[in-house]
Amino acid sequence: MEFALTEEQRLLDESLRGYLARELTLDKLKTLANEAGGFAKSHWQALADLGIAGLMVPEEHGGAGLGLLDAAVAAEALGYAAAPVAFVGAAVMAPLAVSLMANASQQSEWFPKIASGEMRIAVAFAGGSGQTGTADVRLDGLKLSGRVDGVLDVAGATHVLTILPDGRAALVAVDTSGVEATVKPTLDRTRPLADVVFSGAQTHVLDASNDPAGAARRVRDAGRVMLAADTLGASQAMLDKAVAYAGERVQFGRVIASFQAVKHMAAEMATDLEPCRALVWFAAHAHDAIPEEAHVSACHAKAHLAEVGRLIQTKATEMHGGMGFTELMGLELWYKRISLDRHTLGGPERCRHEAAVAQGWVKG
Amino acid sequence: MDLSYSEKYRTLQNEVRAFIGLHKDASPKAVGVRRKPDAKMLEWQRLLVEKGYAARTIPRQFGGFGAEPDVMEAAIIAEEFSKAGIAAGIMSQGISMLVPTLIEVGTEAQRESFIGPTIRGEIIWCQGYSEPGAGSDLANVQTKGVLEGEHFVVNGQKIWTSSAHYADWMFLLCRTEPDKPKHQGLSYLLLSMKTPGIDVRPLRTMTGKATFNEVFFTDVRVPAHQIVMGRGDGWAVANTTLKYERMMLGDANKFMHRVHRIRELMETTRIDGVRLIDMPEWRDRLVRLQGEVMASKYHQMRLLTEAAKGIDAGLKRLVVKLYGTEMGYRLSGLAVDVYGAAGLAFDPHDDMDGGTDDDATAWHTDHMYDLGLIIGGGSSQIQKNIISERGLGMPREPKAALQATTKS
Ligand SMILES: Cc1cc2nc3c(=O)[nH]c(=O)nc-3n(C[C@H](O)[C@H](O)[C@H](O)COP(=O)(O)OP(=O)(O)OC[C@H]3O[C@@H](n4cnc5c(N)ncnc54)[C@H](O)[C@@H]3O)c2cc1C
Repeated sequence: MEFALTEEQRLLDESLRGYLARELTLDKLKTLANEAGGFAKSHWQALADLGIAGLMVPEEHGGAGLGLLDAAVAAEALGYAAAPVAFVGAAVMAPLAVSLMANASQQSEWFPKIASGEMRIAVAFAGGSGQTGTADVRLDGLKLSGRVDGVLDVAGATHVLTILPDGRAALVAVDTSGVEATVKPTLDRTRPLADVVFSGAQTHVLDASNDPAGAARRVRDAGRVMLAADTLGASQAMLDKAVAYAGERVQFGRVIASFQAVKHMAAEMATDLEPCRALVWFAAHAHDAIPEEAHVSACHAKAHLAEVGRLIQTKATEMHGGMGFTELMGLELWYKRISLDRHTLGGPERCRHEAAVAQGWVKG
Repeated sequence: MDLSYSEKYRTLQNEVRAFIGLHKDASPKAVGVRRKPDAKMLEWQRLLVEKGYAARTIPRQFGGFGAEPDVMEAAIIAEEFSKAGIAAGIMSQGISMLVPTLIEVGTEAQRESFIGPTIRGEIIWCQGYSEPGAGSDLANVQTKGVLEGEHFVVNGQKIWTSSAHYADWMFLLCRTEPDKPKHQGLSYLLLSMKTPGIDVRPLRTMTGKATFNEVFFTDVRVPAHQIVMGRGDGWAVANTTLKYERMMLGDANKFMHRVHRIRELMETTRIDGVRLIDMPEWRDRLVRLQGEVMASKYHQMRLLTEAAKGIDAGLKRLVVKLYGTEMGYRLSGLAVDVYGAAGLAFDPHDDMDGGTDDDATAWHTDHMYDLGLIIGGGSSQIQKNIISERGLGMPREPKAALQATTKS
């Protein structure tokens, strides 16, 4: 019995963080966010070559065959770097949906392409995501029509996988006729959202699951845990930056880190953040190994990290004074990253409501 | 990560359940640190130690069960007892704080004489740290211990000493090296409360109960071999004890039980006929706290894993007291809010009068006591100093301004 990461997970964390620290300098990050619309093919391909895209793809199909806890380690590292990467959709929810919902021939066709980074699938929920905005889609035969707003990871995507209310899913290529995906200027410029409109688009239907509703929920819960892990990383980055800044900035002839009011803000952030890591790890591990606890802990991880993220995005910005309010240091990129994590796939109130329902405390 | 419920754990769980089923009626009501164990409690404790449900990892030679530390086993035992609502043994400063301190830095003779009787509940300890002039600034302790032949002769005063009115022994922080700098002049002594020259005066707290005391020392003679580590090492030993105190105060196991008790309360409490659990604003407060409790529960499992491997968890460990006590206070705060006006009849019973508090009184008492835990063991502000300085490497506090701001 052990509550800790494995040696392999620590190595994954180290190599990914090493790569991101080397390659994703603040200047480069700002360029990707401001000019490339949150997606650069070279950046994506480099991460795919590191194995990020195929993390969750089974080994026999060319992936690493890893679990959600491994993915959570990666998500934390990506959040820490505010990396503009379609991770939650393309590298986690999509391969998971293909595992749970696609038939064998679809799997052998798509998995290798997902692992190589060639196929980048954004995942849209036609209801049941827990987020606000339009989500109204119907499938007639193989033709998909309707609209889903606020879809993650569409920038640079080759496909959109729509999870339908009945738990089936429909895959369309972005360049098919009858698909209009509009990437919107988004608060978080590292991961812009898109509105997707289908008008009779030709799809591949994924209907091989014998528990379609459960499969859809599992995909959504995995996404929630990843967004929680992203907030964990982004919050840790904001705390580290705030402590470092306070150690340099001088006022009244002292570094501001020597003022107790400033120290206490930092201590409050650290105190709320440290236990979050264990909660995220548990939720991810439950997804992999303790199915009866997976849903409730995913809801809790998403909600709790949203609340702690809010505290840290606020206090870490405050600790930077006016500098924190500017774009100069790029701190706002992390601030906005935490905000996007909070609101996508269900805000904290919604997630807590679902946790209460799932525990039978109240009717759904 | 390996939380798999292997055969070994299932067996333990079944064992614990069977034990509880068999002995439920013999078990005393769950009690905290605030009462002297009676004969029933002592018998119960003896049984728990024998089965390994208390003092599980204390070596056999000192009277414990001698199991290897195992997070899952500890969690299973805590959970089953907490579900059944019965006492998982005596919770005391001796067991949670002094015993691990002696295991870490005591002499073989000290371990042999004190650990066994302490874990069996036969010796109750109190903690003689705080003084009128040494609270948060603990190193400012002025109570003197002067070595005369084979004895330290102790003179001075302690305050806020929990359970001193019934404790058998005290671990005491006093100044034995007045010529050395503040932190290096202290020693940590163990002494019997029956030693002549000790005067204990109970103080009534806001909970309406007398749970702590003033303790006066007049020429109290403590055998010199009852020092833990050496002369001048008192600050290091005191901090070892504080480390365990802070872990105990932040212990997550009791909090999950509270979440479920509050849920039950919300199911039976109504406003204009509507159950509180059916009102989203009430329910949301509880579910939100449940998320915090889960985080602390898994955080604790992570810390225990590291402790079992001999890793010092650093920052992760330093946050536990602040996190746990603040969260505990919010939990009991929610409970008294759920009771609302119907829970305002307050009828506390003192430790000594043998009466039992009704549930609302008990929650109000817990809520106030939880505030005491925020202050005691190093206040939340002191925890934040420690976390920022030792955990985050921020600059230490400048030397104090010695002038009081209001002159009399
Ligand atoms: C329920 C309870 C049980 C206790 N049990 C025991 C016991 O068994 N044995 C024992 O020895 N003691 C015990 N204590 C005493 C406890 O350790 C002290 O109360 C505590 O350390 C605070 O000291 P003080 O009361 O002198 O408050 P002070 O030190 O006077 O603090 C008053 C306020 O000033 C703040 N403050 C002080 N210094 C600083 C600083 N440097 N930076 C920021 N803020 C600061 C504090 O946070 C607090 O808010 C107990 C206390 C309580 C409430």
